Amino acid sequence: MSTAVHADVNRRDFLFIATGAVATVGAALTAWPFISQMNPDASVLALATIEVDLAPIAEGQEITLKWRGNPVFVRHRTAKEIEQAKAVKLEELVDPVARSANVKDGDPATDANRVVGGKENYLVMMGVCTHLGCVPFGNQGDYGVVEGHAKLGGWFCPCHGSHYDTAGRIRKGPAPENLFVPKYEYLSDTKILIG
Amino acid sequence: MSGPSKYKPKSAFGKWMHERLPVMELVQGQIMDFPTPRNLNYWWTFGGILAIMLVAQLITGIVLAMHYTAHVDMAFDSVEHIMRDVNYGWLLRYLHANGASMFFIAVYVHMFRGMYYGSYKAPREVLWMIGVLIYLVMMATAFMGYVLPWGQMSFWGAKVITNLFSAIPFVGESVTTWLWGGYSVDNPTLNRFFSLHYLLPFVLAGLVGLHIWALHVPGNGNPTGVNVRGSQDTVPFHPYYTMKDGFAIVVFFILFAAFTFFAPNYLGHAINYLPANPLVTPAHIVPEWYYLPFYAILRAIPDKLLGVIAMFGSILILFVLPWLDTSRVRSGTYRPIFKQFFWVFVLVCIGLGYLGSKPAEGGYVFWARILTAYYFIHFLVILPLLGLLESPKPLPPSISDSVLAKKKAVGAG
Repeated sequence: MSTAVHADVNRRDFLFIATGAVATVGAALTAWPFISQMNPDASVLALATIEVDLAPIAEGQEITLKWRGNPVFVRHRTAKEIEQAKAVKLEELVDPVARSANVKDGDPATDANRVVGGKENYLVMMGVCTHLGCVPFGNQGDYGVVEGHAKLGGWFCPCHGSHYDTAGRIRKGPAPENLFVPKYEYLSDTKILIG
Repeated sequence: MSGPSKYKPKSAFGKWMHERLPVMELVQGQIMDFPTPRNLNYWWTFGGILAIMLVAQLITGIVLAMHYTAHVDMAFDSVEHIMRDVNYGWLLRYLHANGASMFFIAVYVHMFRGMYYGSYKAPREVLWMIGVLIYLVMMATAFMGYVLPWGQMSFWGAKVITNLFSAIPFVGESVTTWLWGGYSVDNPTLNRFFSLHYLLPFVLAGLVGLHIWALHVPGNGNPTGVNVRGSQDTVPFHPYYTMKDGFAIVVFFILFAAFTFFAPNYLGHAINYLPANPLVTPAHIVPEWYYLPFYAILRAIPDKLLGVIAMFGSILILFVLPWLDTSRVRSGTYRPIFKQFFWVFVLVCIGLGYLGSKPAEGGYVFWARILTAYYFIHFLVILPLLGLLESPKPLPPSISDSVLAKKKAVGAG
C-alpha cells in the first residue's frame, strides 16, 4: 500500500469508527443499571395507598398522616375558612394552577378544584412545602381566618417563611407552587383512599 | 522547579529498590529537598494542617464505621451506642464531629490566604481550580456525614438540601426522587449517603494528590508574590518547613482538643439529639456553621430557582476567579486599595454567616440581600476594575532582597 491510499478513507477508518460507536453504546447500556438502581425500588412503590376515616375529625381539626414517607394534612374546614378561600380571586394567587392530581393538569386553583367531589369541608393535601420540603405549621401565617386572638386555617412554613391560605394555596414567600393535592377518592361519605 | 533529581541511593538495598521502584527518589525530590521560598509566613502552614486533618478524619471515620448502623430504625441508637458503650466511642465521635469543623476552619483560612496573596494567578490557575473542586467535595462529604446520626437536624437538613435540586426546571422532581430512592428522605437515602460518605474522602485524597502535583510544577507562591529567581531565594522543605508546619499543626491541635474536650457540642445543634421525625419540622432549621454564608444567599432571594442558582453561583464563581482579577501584581501586600476591599470581603462573608444563622424575616433578609449583592459585586465588578485602576506599590527585586531588607530594618531599629 502506498501512503496516498492511507490519506483516503479506507476500511481501517470504518472499523475504527464502528468499534468506537459500539463501545460507546455498550458503555451507556452498562451504565444504565447503575443509575436506575437509585430510583425507588419495588418495596417503596408497593406502599402506595392508605385508607382514611374522616368521621372522627371534628370541624376545625386537622390530622397528619404518613403516606409514601411524607406527611399528608387532612383538615375538616370550618364554614369561614371555606368562605374565605372562595372569596379569593384567581388573579390574586401566586400560583393560579390547582396542583391537584384529581383534576386536569393546568386547571385553575379555585377552591372547588382543590377538593374532591364537591366535599369542600375536607381539604386533603401533602404537608410538604413546595419550596424546600419542610412541613408547614397549621393555623398560622397571614392568610388564616382571624377570630379574636386565634387563627383558623392557613399554613406557615417555618424554614423560609412561605404563607399558604385556607385552601393550601401559596400567597407569600419563596415557595413557587400551591401545596400538592394527592390522588384520592371517596370510598363512602366519610372514608377516602389516598393513592 | 522539579528539575532532574540529585537522589543517589546510599545502601545496597536502596540501590536495588531504586532500579525497580524509584519511590525514594520521589520522596527526596518532592518532599525532603523540594526548593521552597524562604519567606513563607504562618498563613502558608494551613496546607499541611489540612492534609493532617484529612488523615485524622479518615482514621476516626473508618473506626466509627465499625460501630455504626446505616438503617433508619437503628442509626440514631447506634450513635448513642457509640457514645455510651463503645470503648472511647465518645472520644472518637467528638473528634470526628469537631474534626469536620476544624477542617473547614483550616480550609477557609487557606482559601482567604490564596485570595489575599493572589495564589490563583498564572501559572497556578489549575492548582486553584483543583482546590475549589476539593472544597466542593468536602462540602458534599460533610453534608452526608451530618445526615448519618439521623437526628432531627440530620433529617431536615437532608430534606432541604436535596430539595434544592427540585428547583431544576422540568426534571427537578425526577432528580430528587432519584437522589432519595423514594418519595422522601428515607432508608434508601440514608444507605446511599453512608456509602458515599465513606467513598468521598478517598476521592478527596486523590484530588489532594493532584493539588500537590499542580503545586509542585510552578512551586509555592510566597508573600511577596515575586517569582523565585534562584537557590538564594529558597530553602529545602525538610527540615525548614516540616518543622514550621509541624509547629503550626501542634498549635492547631490545641484548638481542636479544646473543642473536643471542653465544648464538644458547641458547634452542633441540640435538636440533633432528637431522633428524626419525618412529620415534624423543627421550628428553626440551620445548617452547620460552615454552610451559613451560602444558606444566607439562598434565603436572600425570594425566588426558588434564582435562590438556588445564586447559592451555587457563589461557589462556582471561585472557579473563574483567576480571570476576574485583572491585576498583574500577585500579592495583596503591594496593592493598597485591593487590601482594603479584601478585608471588606472577609467581613461580608462573616456577616453572611451571621445572617444565615438567623431566621429569614425582617431586617435579617434586608441585610442578607445587601451583602449577597456585595459578594457578587466584589468578584464581578471590584476585582476586574481594581486591576485596571489601582497603581500598586513597587515590588522588591527578589525574595532574598525582601528578606534581607526586613532583616536590616530590624537590625537598625
